Amino acid sequence: MFIKVRTEKCTGCATCVASCPYDAIVMHEDAARITELCQLCRACLGVCPEGAIIEIAEESDKKEKGQGSGVWVFAEQRDGKLAGVSFELLGAGRRLAEDLGTSLSAVLFGRVSSGPEELLHWGADRVYYCGEELLQDFNDEPYANLLTRLISEHKPEIVLAGATPIGRSFIPRVAARLHTGLTADCTSLQIDPETKNLLQVRPAFGGNIMATILCPHTRPQMATVRPRVMQKGEFDKGRKGEIIAVSAEGITSRTKVLETVKEVSEVAVNLHDANVIVAGGRGVGGDKGFQALFELAEALNGSIAASRAAVDEGWIPYRHQVGQTGKTVGPTLYIACGISGAVQHVVGMQSSDIIVAINKNPEAPIFNIATYGIVGDLFEILPLLTRKIKELKGQ
Amino acid sequence: MKIVVCVKQVPDTAEVRINPETNTLMRDGVPSIINPYDLHAVEAGLQLREMAGGEVTTVTMGPPQAELALRETISLGVDKAVLLTDRLFAGSDTWATAYALYKAIAHIGADIIICGKQAIDGDTAQVGPEIAEFLDIPHIAYIRKIVEVTADRIVVQRLMDDGYDIVESTLPVLLTVVRELNVPRLPSLKGKMAAKKADILKLTAADLKVEEQDLGLKGSPTQVRNIFAPEAKTNRTMLHGTPEEMVNKLVADLQESKCL
Ligand SMILES: Cc1cc2nc3c(=O)[nH]c(=O)nc-3n(C[C@H](O)[C@H](O)[C@H](O)COP(=O)(O)OP(=O)(O)OC[C@H]3O[C@@H](n4cnc5c(N)ncnc54)[C@H](O)[C@@H]3O)c2cc1C
Ligand SMILES: Nc1ncnc2c1ncn2[C@@H]1O[C@H](COP(=O)(O)O)[C@@H](O)[C@H]1O
Repeated sequence: MFIKVRTEKCTGCATCVASCPYDAIVMHEDAARITELCQLCRACLGVCPEGAIIEIAEESDKKEKGQGSGVWVFAEQRDGKLAGVSFELLGAGRRLAEDLGTSLSAVLFGRVSSGPEELLHWGADRVYYCGEELLQDFNDEPYANLLTRLISEHKPEIVLAGATPIGRSFIPRVAARLHTGLTADCTSLQIDPETKNLLQVRPAFGGNIMATILCPHTRPQMATVRPRVMQKGEFDKGRKGEIIAVSAEGITSRTKVLETVKEVSEVAVNLHDANVIVAGGRGVGGDKGFQALFELAEALNGSIAASRAAVDEGWIPYRHQVGQTGKTVGPTLYIACGISGAVQHVVGMQSSDIIVAINKNPEAPIFNIATYGIVGDLFEILPLLTRKIKELKGQ
Repeated sequence: MKIVVCVKQVPDTAEVRINPETNTLMRDGVPSIINPYDLHAVEAGLQLREMAGGEVTTVTMGPPQAELALRETISLGVDKAVLLTDRLFAGSDTWATAYALYKAIAHIGADIIICGKQAIDGDTAQVGPEIAEFLDIPHIAYIRKIVEVTADRIVVQRLMDDGYDIVESTLPVLLTVVRELNVPRLPSLKGKMAAKKADILKLTAADLKVEEQDLGLKGSPTQVRNIFAPEAKTNRTMLHGTPEEMVNKLVADLQESKCL
């Protein structure tokens, strides 16, 4: 494929020049010309008022689509406990499997206290399970090698994993080996009714834009999915299915986990699983200022998050950071205190059910995405709120 | 020790916006910078050189002007820089990017390869692990501390959601790094002089002896179908009145929506 200007239609208006993120369009003798800087991003295709910019297909664009059927999700565990994102993947996977009229399988490496059956209860028809010691701790190579082996053997058409430190680290190796496409950090997945391809939507450019990505010619279509964005599947203790034991014979690892260190702060920091989050930004003014947030979080039995500004100031550790370069969260209630609402922060929390924003500045962009907006000083509002909630709970 | 650092030139994304009417990027006057994580990767490379000796080479794949990013790394103290640039690389997704970088790194040779955690334009975090897979070497992602290096082994701390893991690997290895790892240094005057004069090795697809079908758009399994602006939520309520009144109204509403 390449992009071309039909010079006979070009009026020389130069509208397209500004649309190119790579400065690849120049004006030459009163007509636009596409230079070798073109990255084929298609950003210019819609902008020409004359329709003079077109995409030209080439023979080599067509590739043989591998076959395959079935939707797979990688169910991740840490310390013998299934990660919440596994159930969300089963929810998303079930929907895709139904749209395709196919089955849903889960892959589980390492033993979990609830047993692999839990994945059947959450919607899987089948679990490929390897409980060998080599896979108990996360190491990229054995995880990638065993998953690649299973995919090559059973040929699913879609493979999903969580966009967590684990999924984002080893899934790219699997896609590289299988020479197939991988879309990172998806926030929406749909089947195209016509082509049956998977339409994968993800944020890019720091959340300023969304992109729909396709993997039309190779299989499986692979994606990592942001935690707390998809709906969990339905839990049914009575659901039955197959558990297929998988052997890790011949799988080795050149890395080894020597030790696992947990870092927990005063208020639980497991933001992915929190139902209520109280978050602070630069407006909190200092580590002492966070005290008011801790009190509210305690009354609500919630966790504490922060914007990058507050983390960069050193008021609170990095693992509380929410946003593009921090965690993605999706609690029932997110209370943003003294946070302006920069897009890099918002991408990490916008799927929260209810967002309450407390900010002195009525123009702060956080109010654009808030369910409830309070213009005011957080040091005045928070103590009132904490007291009111304690009253309610009879504390 | 041969250390290779992969750096990418990116638009300063905090400033990229989408035009809601035409659904296209508005990039007027947005500057190009070195991907911020890659500056931490360069710093890690320089510190490893100070600890273990050897040389640091930066590699980038990109349009001809990406040479500026490489010169900037030389001003920081990097020994050599390699630019992969060719029309055939255009339209590369992470698979094709990692494949081209792998060919270049195999050509240069490396004991330790360092990448940023992710590039801030695509935010995929995939290129590093994919390069490691093509090279058939181990990788460890999200490194926040290098504990120890010897001639054939490295121990690092890997950031996880609930803490960190201490992980050991054989060499050669590929690492991807997070911001906590270090504070990148600033260029020195001597470095700036060196950056002006330095010869940058330029490699094309032909130099790497790769098939056209594995490069650029042709080698990319994924395609961007369209881009659009994120939708804004509309169901918002601004609360009014005294602080007490606002708090009371909020709590009442939260109770009603079964949130409390
Ligand atoms: C590549 C990149 C990645 C990034 N990743 C992230 C990320 O992951 N997460 C993230 O959060 N940011 C991220 N950022 C930074 C982001 O762009 C913003 O700079 C940051 O989110 C701002 O934090 P803030 O809202 O706390 O601070 P500010 O923008 O300074 O806002 C402070 C707000 O507090 C209000 N305020 C002040 N005092 C009070 C008071 N007493 N009571 C009530 N309100 C008060 C002010 O009116 C203001 O709106 C990233 C930036 C870049 C370039
Ligand atoms: N075109 C490129 N040239 C050199 N290094 C790159 C390139 N693209 C990505 N990288 C490296 O891979 C890391 C992850 O990038 P990404 O997978 O695009 O998020 C970056 O931090 C760089 O170290």
